[in-house]
Amino acid sequence: MLKRFGTSALAVLTVLGACSGAWASAAGGAIKNPAANWQHLWDEMLLDITIIGVVFALIIIYLLIRYRRTQPDQEGNPPVLSLAAQHAWVLIPVFLFMADDLFLAARGWNLWNDYRSVPAGSYEVELKAQMWSFNFKHPNGVEESGTLHVEAGKPVVVRMTSADVVHSMFIPDFKVKEDSMPGRVTYLWFYPEKSGEHVITCAEYCGMMHSGMHGKVIAMPKDQFQAWADAEKAKIATANAEGGKS
Amino acid sequence: MSAPAQAGFGKVLKEWIFTCDHKRVGILYLIGSLAAFLVAGLMAMLIRVELSSVGPTLTANPGTYNVWLYFHGAAMILGFQIPALTGFLANYLIPLQIGAKDVAFPRLNALSLWLFWMGIVLALLTFVIPDPPDFMWTAYPPYSIISSGNTAFYTFTVLIMGFASIAGGVNLITTIIYMRAPGMTWSKLNMFVWCTFAAFIVQLIFVPVLGTAVTMLTFDKYLGTTFFSPGSGGDVLLYQNLFWFYSHPAVYVILLPFLGIVFDVVATFARNRVFNYKAAVYGAIAVALMSGEVWIHHLYASGMPDWIRIGMMISTILISVPVGVMMISLVGTLYRGAIDFKSPMLWALGCMFLFLIGGLTGIPNAMSAIDLHIHDTHFVVAHFHYVMAVAGTFAVMAGVTYLFPKMFGKMCNEGISKLGFVVTFIGANVTFFSMFFVGLQGMPRRYFDYQQFPQFQGLNQLITVGAFIMALGFLIVLISWIHALVAGKKAVDNPWGSRSLEWTTSTPPGPGNWAEVPDCTNFDPYGYGSNK
Ligand SMILES: [Cu+2]
Ligand SMILES: [Cu+2]
Repeated sequence: MLKRFGTSALAVLTVLGACSGAWASAAGGAIKNPAANWQHLWDEMLLDITIIGVVFALIIIYLLIRYRRTQPDQEGNPPVLSLAAQHAWVLIPVFLFMADDLFLAARGWNLWNDYRSVPAGSYEVELKAQMWSFNFKHPNGVEESGTLHVEAGKPVVVRMTSADVVHSMFIPDFKVKEDSMPGRVTYLWFYPEKSGEHVITCAEYCGMMHSGMHGKVIAMPKDQFQAWADAEKAKIATANAEGGKS
Repeated sequence: MSAPAQAGFGKVLKEWIFTCDHKRVGILYLIGSLAAFLVAGLMAMLIRVELSSVGPTLTANPGTYNVWLYFHGAAMILGFQIPALTGFLANYLIPLQIGAKDVAFPRLNALSLWLFWMGIVLALLTFVIPDPPDFMWTAYPPYSIISSGNTAFYTFTVLIMGFASIAGGVNLITTIIYMRAPGMTWSKLNMFVWCTFAAFIVQLIFVPVLGTAVTMLTFDKYLGTTFFSPGSGGDVLLYQNLFWFYSHPAVYVILLPFLGIVFDVVATFARNRVFNYKAAVYGAIAVALMSGEVWIHHLYASGMPDWIRIGMMISTILISVPVGVMMISLVGTLYRGAIDFKSPMLWALGCMFLFLIGGLTGIPNAMSAIDLHIHDTHFVVAHFHYVMAVAGTFAVMAGVTYLFPKMFGKMCNEGISKLGFVVTFIGANVTFFSMFFVGLQGMPRRYFDYQQFPQFQGLNQLITVGAFIMALGFLIVLISWIHALVAGKKAVDNPWGSRSLEWTTSTPPGPGNWAEVPDCTNFDPYGYGSNK
């Protein structure tokens, strides 16, 4: 519902942003990686704010040089603005700022929907954060703390809560974070396209060892991951069997 | 033999302690807020030394570090910026700028001053009590409830400071409405008066919400209520919503007065009219009105419903519109001016530059999707230091150097003052511009250590170097003030050649400010260029 409303509002706002061509295509079955689109939007926005900043700075510097005081008793010679000019000096900038703002907002909304729409068939992991560790539980019952083994090339969704205080799971490489807290289940998803290791770190202040609360996403090729998951599961089975015997 | 001298000193002390004069109250606010600034600044230096290398540097105990960080944030915002702008500058300047003999309720003014000082003393006791708060100035539960840090101590400090600012707000709003000199119409008010008026209204609406939030926190911890405890039907996010419902508008309580003083300083030193004055005034009012509907941008990563995260992304980005209108007026004030680069003007221009960078880097923060990466990283730290912390400090410096001759009857040495500005400006930019990069790469804030990111050490060292340069700059500024007090040249009544009303008083102004209430029928605070 939100998404549909977003898309239609987006259509209206597109007019404002017609100058920019590169839209992340909304259609198509391929998984859109929010991290890649984040970078794309970031670059665009950086250009946008740099231009505004440089224009403002250059105007200020020009005015400072052009209108510096040359005689001690010199006074300014302020322009007298007509009523029309007064309004124009408000309405034109307001229109320009709003056009830019709404254009960026529309792009941001689009990306937001990518961040919040978990692709079908994602690998679902549970996280219970606690002071001061990330504890993950895989769908096959395997639990691990600190590390999170996943399959490369498959999106991963983490459903999270917390055992004590507010924490935040932050994976800088995937440009994503979400707070985990007691009493609520929140989520984030990310897309490890290739195998590799990525730091997970806590981004919400959680006391003494806040900065020591970190771990790793370990993305592995499909067969290796399967082997890891099976081996871990077998370990649980052995442990249970031994526990049953005694 | 020394008895008469002591009696003299005792008399002066008594005069100051029991003063109800708005100028003295203002100066006492300044002294208190500078004390907070110095101690909180010292904490910043300890923090920066700690972060200059991976692993423990200055202390091996993260708990100690967390107390420094708590004190730095809480004292800088509640003890320095808000009181320096709405306590010192507003008290000193508003009656002088509107042609009043004093504020509407001088005794209430003294009460808010001494409440504020109690708050400062309480805050400084952080370093004495055995269980200093360690839960940052935000004090999010459940951590602030289960922490061994003293939550009640934090709550009472906030409540006392809050009382002080509510009393101050009521007082100055009444003063502006009822005590303007004859002929001083609303459209003749200085930008500082307008901006502070808007800020006080924001303050009156939102401070009670912060008071409520921290009181509930204390109830939860000590009286067993469960407002924020999900296990018993409470909600942890309730606190975050209440806290930011105040604390985002608090940013505008700082921003508006500091833009106001920068407007007045720029107009004086450019000897020019504020460009499109009415637009700037409406801009300030619009900022105040919009300030209460953007707080969710602090909760983009906190699991709030998507519709409100998107809604407040749009409202947050749109607040750049009235701010942009104010910026155009500010820059336009330079147009066809006669600009003199005296030290107050340099601080004001420095503030504009910092604010420009801070404002523009706020746009990525405002975008909820972009924020999912930079939220709670050093990028945000750099942003709010640019836009509020350092820009606000520069504005306070502009205000103090601007009013110094009026307050103390002495001129600061321009050479030392300018040197102080240049060093501080360089230091601030080295520190906070580098901080954008380390944040963008993923360094979270409130970290004691970063062994998971050893690659960040180089940038962190650069930031620390910048912090030391900045500290040196502020030290030079302090020296310039002390030097001026001891050996400064005597100031004339209107050393800057300003048209604003406060400069028509004698220097320093006596009780009651003017012998007779000034007639403002033909007065214009920005009436420059009319001598041709
Ligand atoms: Cu944590
Ligand atoms: Cu905010």
